[in-house]
Amino acid sequence: MGNPNKPKAQRGVMRWVDERFPATQLWQDHVSRYYAPRNFNFWYFFGSLALLVLVNQILTGIWLTMSYTPTAEDAFASVEYIMRDVEWGWLIRYLHTTGASAFFVVIYLHMFRGLLYGSYKAPRELVWVFGMAIYLALMAEAFMGYLLPWGQMSYWGAQVITSLFSAIPAIGPGLAEWIRGDYLVTGITLNRFFALHVVALPIVILALVVLHIVALHEVGSNNPDGIEIKDKTDADGKPLDGIPFHPYYTVKDLVGVAVFLFVFCVVVFYFPEGGGYFIEKPNFEPADPLQTPDHIAPVWYFTPFYAILRGVTFSIFGLEAKFLGVVCMGLAIGLLFVLPWLDRSPVRSMRYKGWISRVMLGLFVVCFSVLGVLGVLPSTETRTTIAQVCTLGYFAYFLLMPFYTRLEKTRPVPERVTD
Amino acid sequence: MRKSLFALCLALLPVTGLAAGGGDAHLRDMTPDLHDKASLQNGMKLFVNYCMGCHSLEHQRFSRAAEDLEIPRELVEEHLIFADDHAFNDQMSNAMNSEEGAAWFGAAPPDLTLVTRLRGVDWVYSYLLGFYRDPQRPTGVNNTVFPLVAMPNVLEPLQGVQRQVCSDAEHEGGSECHLELVREGSMSPDEFERAMFDLTNFLAYVGEPSRLKAEALAPKVLIFLFVFAIVAYLLKREYWRDVH
Repeated sequence: MGNPNKPKAQRGVMRWVDERFPATQLWQDHVSRYYAPRNFNFWYFFGSLALLVLVNQILTGIWLTMSYTPTAEDAFASVEYIMRDVEWGWLIRYLHTTGASAFFVVIYLHMFRGLLYGSYKAPRELVWVFGMAIYLALMAEAFMGYLLPWGQMSYWGAQVITSLFSAIPAIGPGLAEWIRGDYLVTGITLNRFFALHVVALPIVILALVVLHIVALHEVGSNNPDGIEIKDKTDADGKPLDGIPFHPYYTVKDLVGVAVFLFVFCVVVFYFPEGGGYFIEKPNFEPADPLQTPDHIAPVWYFTPFYAILRGVTFSIFGLEAKFLGVVCMGLAIGLLFVLPWLDRSPVRSMRYKGWISRVMLGLFVVCFSVLGVLGVLPSTETRTTIAQVCTLGYFAYFLLMPFYTRLEKTRPVPERVTD
Repeated sequence: MRKSLFALCLALLPVTGLAAGGGDAHLRDMTPDLHDKASLQNGMKLFVNYCMGCHSLEHQRFSRAAEDLEIPRELVEEHLIFADDHAFNDQMSNAMNSEEGAAWFGAAPPDLTLVTRLRGVDWVYSYLLGFYRDPQRPTGVNNTVFPLVAMPNVLEPLQGVQRQVCSDAEHEGGSECHLELVREGSMSPDEFERAMFDLTNFLAYVGEPSRLKAEALAPKVLIFLFVFAIVAYLLKREYWRDVH
């Protein structure tokens, strides 16, 4: 028999269920008796919004799959078929394309919150690492999804990114061919990207989201003050500064959902192309393997890393510039994974860290944004130099972190959360 | 904060598009008016009569255009469907295949379903108005926004013949050139510009037939979300009354 102390509904259907499945217990552990700090601010909306966008992507994705044809011959036409002949097809597709960009907007803001309040620090290292794994899977998901409309930018974007693997010494060319399933990006590549985009990666992402939330609920949420609310509890063991997630944060997140959906729908209904950033103009032309577009720009959410890649224009130790660029791009993402072990500060939140940490975070944000803008633009000599400087700034934020977080003087941390 | 501002700017940046590449000539402004059914109908008439011999609208159905542009089915079948093998519900394709097109013109005439979304309405409008006499070209004409284009000016009977006049011979093709009419067509310049507006307007409709549906639905959705946001906020305030 199960634990006699575990919560059970007193009667009715729920009692019957609870004797067979811990429904009430799960609800209480993760929602109605999950105590979250009461001082969440603006930055704490983006976790639930990311979940909302994920649900949007899955639902609209299922309906798109019903009418989409994953072959090189028919993919482009099937997207236009969805846009014109399928009932509400245009809305389903725009929700999906805008959702992809919205996903990265909320994820970037969510990650920035982590940097700002030290949400990655002990004991939340695994929350952060699972989150980074979601980000990585999401990038793969978005990249593979972008090939599916089989437009010019779909095709050439995939061609450029898959060819990056061929820069790896020795195994590179074989690896790129293995990924594409062909010597070039072809219908075979489209088929496998479709399989990965609609089956494999969504499963991975959903599993990682579960891990992310289970890990979070094990250690409890951080807050803008970066202090542990579990340290101060009342007689029943409830945190004094904690409030149940439901109803307090469910109703609060509902406000965030409404505001987010308003902005989201303005884009979906009036500016679905996002000015050429959400749907790039060359993608209104079917893929043509014989004609390279004048300017190949990845979608905006990849551009910071693309700018880092392009910024490496020199070779060292006989290693090709392209390979070094790939290494830098990999490191730029890899360093985010080990962030919890780079930060040696005794405090979590930026509120109580010293001025060097603040300057470095500001520098990081500026560098990341500038790299993002540069990645959209065709490269020139000046822009390459700026990209190199910003790449240095990006890496300095991480690589110098063990030193400046230990050396700087921090401010005293309050006992209880502040409003 | 700066990062959020940047992201917000990106999200709210729909006005300026990415350069489509090529053709940097100054484009004439053109703002489609999808509510002007007469303009769209005239545009469709022009397209079917002058363009469709070479250019298809592979993804656009006659029936959908008839419905959206409020043209009765009989009129479409009588005046706009020429080929016997086209039915009312068929896509607006044509008989020329791309191999033949490439053999005859040097480049296959592209499908134009999405041309306004690929190149923009300003580009299409300026292109249609931008043909001028150039004896060095095999077709006898050149184009200001698409230099060395393979397409002949099929609208010449309507437009007449233009020539390019450059104030400074050293800057030929530069910013100091303009076009002037040397032989009149069956339309006056104003009538022709109006006709090209209609044609571009029709192509803008074809690029995204759902545009008007989206804009009709949007206010309802946004008003609902606005009210929902207020209710959600009041609910939040009520629940949070006891949190100090």
